[in-house]
Amino acid sequence: MKFKLIAQISYSLLMARWKQTLIAAIGVTFSITMFIALLSFMNGLNDLLDGLVLNRTPHIRLYNEIEPSKIQPIDSDGNYKNSYNFISSIKPKNERLEIYNNAKVMNALSQDKRVLGYSPKVMTQVFYNIGAIDLTGIVNGIDPESENKLFSFDDYVIEGKSIDINNTSNSIILGKGAADKMLASLGDIIQITTTKGERMPLKVVGIFQSGLKDIDDVQSYASISTVQKLLGESNKYITDIQIKLNDVLMAPTLAKEYEKLFELEAIDIQTANSQFETGSSVRSLISYAVGITLLIVAGFGIYNILNMMIYEKMDSIAILKATGFSGRDVNFIFIIIALSIGVFGGSIGLICGFGLSLMIDQIPFNTAALPTITTYPINYSPQFYIIGIVFSLVTTYFAGYFPARKASRIDPVIIIRGK
Amino acid sequence: MNDIILEAINISKKFYDPIEFSVLSNINFSISKGQFVSITGKSGCGKSTLLYILSTMDTDYQGQLIIDGISMDAKKESELARIRNEKIGFVFQFHYLLNEFSVLKNVMLPGLKLGKFSIEETEHRALEKLKILGIDNEAHKKPNQLSGGQKQRVAIARALINDPILIMGDEPTGNLDKKNSDIVFNIFKELSSEFNQTLLIVTHDNDFANRTNRIIEMQDGRILNSK
Repeated sequence: MKFKLIAQISYSLLMARWKQTLIAAIGVTFSITMFIALLSFMNGLNDLLDGLVLNRTPHIRLYNEIEPSKIQPIDSDGNYKNSYNFISSIKPKNERLEIYNNAKVMNALSQDKRVLGYSPKVMTQVFYNIGAIDLTGIVNGIDPESENKLFSFDDYVIEGKSIDINNTSNSIILGKGAADKMLASLGDIIQITTTKGERMPLKVVGIFQSGLKDIDDVQSYASISTVQKLLGESNKYITDIQIKLNDVLMAPTLAKEYEKLFELEAIDIQTANSQFETGSSVRSLISYAVGITLLIVAGFGIYNILNMMIYEKMDSIAILKATGFSGRDVNFIFIIIALSIGVFGGSIGLICGFGLSLMIDQIPFNTAALPTITTYPINYSPQFYIIGIVFSLVTTYFAGYFPARKASRIDPVIIIRGK
Repeated sequence: MNDIILEAINISKKFYDPIEFSVLSNINFSISKGQFVSITGKSGCGKSTLLYILSTMDTDYQGQLIIDGISMDAKKESELARIRNEKIGFVFQFHYLLNEFSVLKNVMLPGLKLGKFSIEETEHRALEKLKILGIDNEAHKKPNQLSGGQKQRVAIARALINDPILIMGDEPTGNLDKKNSDIVFNIFKELSSEFNQTLLIVTHDNDFANRTNRIIEMQDGRILNSK
């Protein structure tokens, strides 16, 4: 009942100057709206940029690397356990790039609950022959189904269908850059030369565009068996296993684990693409900084208005205190005023922010580098809305706290005597 | 009949700004239940200052103040607020009504704060007090729609809402014309005689003072004589 009384008094004071109240609330609404729209938009862009590379990058890549053996025979000799040995000019053994026993590795991966999925791959360097000119390129032998599931490969195939590389034998999906150079279009036959010098005609069944020119000029895709044929290897031959995890943050630890378990090289996404992590965290930092600045400015607006209200209501505060309201009650009254401005302005702000995001989402955004994107990207993560409302309550609380404290300390005598 | 409601023992107060200046020195007196007391004196003699100390609103003084048998020494701000709410009613020179609320609500506020009665009961009691003062017809108007005399009567009704043991007034008729002053005085007189209400009124109006039961006359921060 006490609280109800305090709330009633706050309400009456608020409504007595409803225009001022409204302006304060609009200030909060505006900043929350901008905060939500800005963060949603910036994070949408961020996700887009990250997605350009990270979506198509496996969380962990298992492969064999040609490198000198880490353990030399002398290390195994017990006699020299406590000695240093210096061996210069170690050369790598003639090892194949193949992942041995890959069927077992893949079997183990499909049992692992932390793994979302995996996709085997055969990679080889080739030359694209255009008349007398040879262009270097890389052909990736992929399984279009798992590639689609894990890395949304189809999104980047702008002509044809990725599944056709399995349906048509000796077929290839060319990168847009390479296709342009070769003047190749769907249905054309192109010639490639393998590193071993063999020449092979391949039918173009698709063209893909990733948005990264370096990739589009060089890379192309074919089925695993086609590439195995190019290399003259058996149908067991796999050079890479790409793994997608349920939790991307586990990648570095799991990479180490797999490295030991399978005796392969394993590289995690964080190590391979650290610059993207940095870039995206810096961008979100900027957007949060701008958003929070907006909220703090709105907070000062509320502070000013409450301060003015206190000077206007000096007499009322004095008489409330004279008739038995304690400083705490007065404090409460002003805190409630501030918080109601925060709650009211903040909630409207959330709605407007969502509306503004929807509007931005409708603005056309076409770029040759991103074939799947037609409008500006928006990230509708609820976390921005939660941060927005929490921050609006916190700022309005503090904006109300200092004027309220001042009001609670007003000595009634000073005001009454002042008349 | 001789219960002491308020007792001041050796109350002194000094101002230090701009120079040390003694406003009140060694004030000693007591008020018994049912007395209608007025404090008079020239302006600047410290009578208002004394009243604010007696009302517990000013805590910066030396000496002891006992209200209803309880010493006000070392009481916290919230405890003093509670005592003002429950035991003391105030009427100031200016009415200090809250324009945001209706007349009725203004009268009810201290009662709601005390929380002794339900909202309906408090409302009923507030209407009763307004009736005693003859302004129950104005109960649902806003204070700024009333005349000066009416406002002051609302302020008196507000002072009465919690049935305080003591009503304090600081020049309650200072802003009113002769006719309204008389009305207010008669209300006080009636409260004193009919309801045995204890009243302590600061005034510089000698006519007003002469009609009360007891006059405390002050000069230069001391009590000259206390009948």
